[in-house]
Amino acid sequence: MYAQMVKSDPTEGEPTPEEQAFQARIDAGEKIEPKEWMPEGYRKTLIRQIGQHAHSEIVGQLPEGNWITRAPTLERKQILLAKVQDEAGHGLYLYSAAETLGVSRDELTEKLLSGAMKYSSIFNYPTLTWADMGAVGWLVDGAAIMNQVPLQRTSYGPYSRAMIRICKEESFHQRQGFAIMMKMAQGTPEQKEMAQDALDRFWGPALMMFGPSDKDSVHSAQSMRWKIKMNTNDELRQKFVDETVPQAEFLGLTVPDANLAWNEARGHYDFSEPDWEEFFEVLKGNGPCNQERLEARQTAWDEGAWFRDGLSAYAEKRAARRAGQATAAE
Amino acid sequence: MAGAADPRPGDPLFAPEHRDAAFDWLCGLGDGALILGHRLSEWCGKAPALEEDIALANVALDLIGHAEMWLALAGEVEGQGRSADDLAYLRDALRFRNPLLVELPNRDMAVTTMRQFLFDAWHLPMLHALSESASPRLAEIAAKARKEVAYHLERSQDLVIRLGDGTEESHARMQTALERLWPYAGELCQPAPGDAALVEAGLVPDMAAVSATWQEILDETLREATLERPEGRADVQNGGRKGRHSEHLGFLLAEMQFLQRAYPGAEW
Repeated sequence: MYAQMVKSDPTEGEPTPEEQAFQARIDAGEKIEPKEWMPEGYRKTLIRQIGQHAHSEIVGQLPEGNWITRAPTLERKQILLAKVQDEAGHGLYLYSAAETLGVSRDELTEKLLSGAMKYSSIFNYPTLTWADMGAVGWLVDGAAIMNQVPLQRTSYGPYSRAMIRICKEESFHQRQGFAIMMKMAQGTPEQKEMAQDALDRFWGPALMMFGPSDKDSVHSAQSMRWKIKMNTNDELRQKFVDETVPQAEFLGLTVPDANLAWNEARGHYDFSEPDWEEFFEVLKGNGPCNQERLEARQTAWDEGAWFRDGLSAYAEKRAARRAGQATAAE
Repeated sequence: MAGAADPRPGDPLFAPEHRDAAFDWLCGLGDGALILGHRLSEWCGKAPALEEDIALANVALDLIGHAEMWLALAGEVEGQGRSADDLAYLRDALRFRNPLLVELPNRDMAVTTMRQFLFDAWHLPMLHALSESASPRLAEIAAKARKEVAYHLERSQDLVIRLGDGTEESHARMQTALERLWPYAGELCQPAPGDAALVEAGLVPDMAAVSATWQEILDETLREATLERPEGRADVQNGGRKGRHSEHLGFLLAEMQFLQRAYPGAEW
């Protein structure tokens, strides 16, 4: 998942009988479906979270799209193109899931472009070499999966079903990314250098994908009660580190953290906190690619207006012609 | 090795007397698919709607897949051990055989869509005829590709009609795109001098027949789209089959071939 710091709207005061019944359904593991009663806060929080995830899929096409035209073989070109296409598909499922909560894709898009809604901080980092196509799949999709797998059990039906489909494709992407890293890590000295450099650049930003430390995460409790968020940020970050470090060792690459060490007592790796100052700067819009990413989406939206309008106008004309024919036939 | 036994007994495509012409013809088809697929992939993440992003990537994927099959076959026919990747990544513009139409920049979605329609309307009847080829290998790949291309044409034809008959602006953009591309469109149906022997041997289609179907699809679609067929000649810009390209191809190849050129021999 690509949702960070999603604001939740907790229920104020004593819960009403309706709210209590709603919470009881969630606690019993039932799924909430679109037409059913739900607290306004639940609906709004979900829209923010699903919307942010959808936007991340869409903006997330750009850093990888950056290398499609330079992919080194026909097979790699096809794999990367198919992967980025999957991301557009994920965006589509997620916008559709958000639509069931009463918000249109166009409304969400306008909010992305105005800056009122965010996408994951990770996509504001540049992809500088072909090894980044490996690192993005391995680390970025890998981090996303940590969050998405538990979300298959989230309380909102359409979101849960979207996640089930998305997870299948994401784990495939993660393996493809790892395969690229493997080729690079076992390749020429230049390729190996690119692989290490990609890990050096993406490690910290990948850890930031889980959001701030639990002690600074103000929105978690309510979302966790509603089963919109299934684990805390720190739990997932730890799980990611524990799974990824042995993979880096297998690749013969060095994780750029001098404090990284296996802690026998905890049964986990100890690791350094990522640079949270950098994280908040990126969220504020000051990351290396924030401007380019939003500009690219804004341009696609503005320059595509005539195209969308043309198709709508044709659909209206056709409907009018059919209505005319129907009237004439009567 | 000169004088070696026919590597594909029974498939006339591999007959030594056809080798050079067949290699050239296959490169024409493979390069056309490759370069158009590449151009379409440039839209990734930038299309006017999410559905278009997905559809453009689909068509690009199909075309690059076709290119891989045609170029691999070209390499086999040539018999020098060159793979599809070798042909795609290690030839310079002079050796590329694609029609100029596909290397032109995407510009807006009107140009991209119109170019796709002009290409698809040629591609489908061409593959249809090629699936009857005397060469089983050619016929087999053509039959496979044809199914995908039928969908490409359905989509691009539908978009041309809807945008042509949409708003005033979409109509004007489509008409302008058609006029801009028209001088390049006819090259699709122009045979190269070496093709005659291949046509005679029943290996590849006669372009005159393909051209007739292409013209029919064009006329019918443009009429429904309320667009006007330009009056000038459609074949003034050509040269792809001779390796004489526009200024655009060199830049496209510089980008596409960068990693293979910068790190010769590396595996990816």
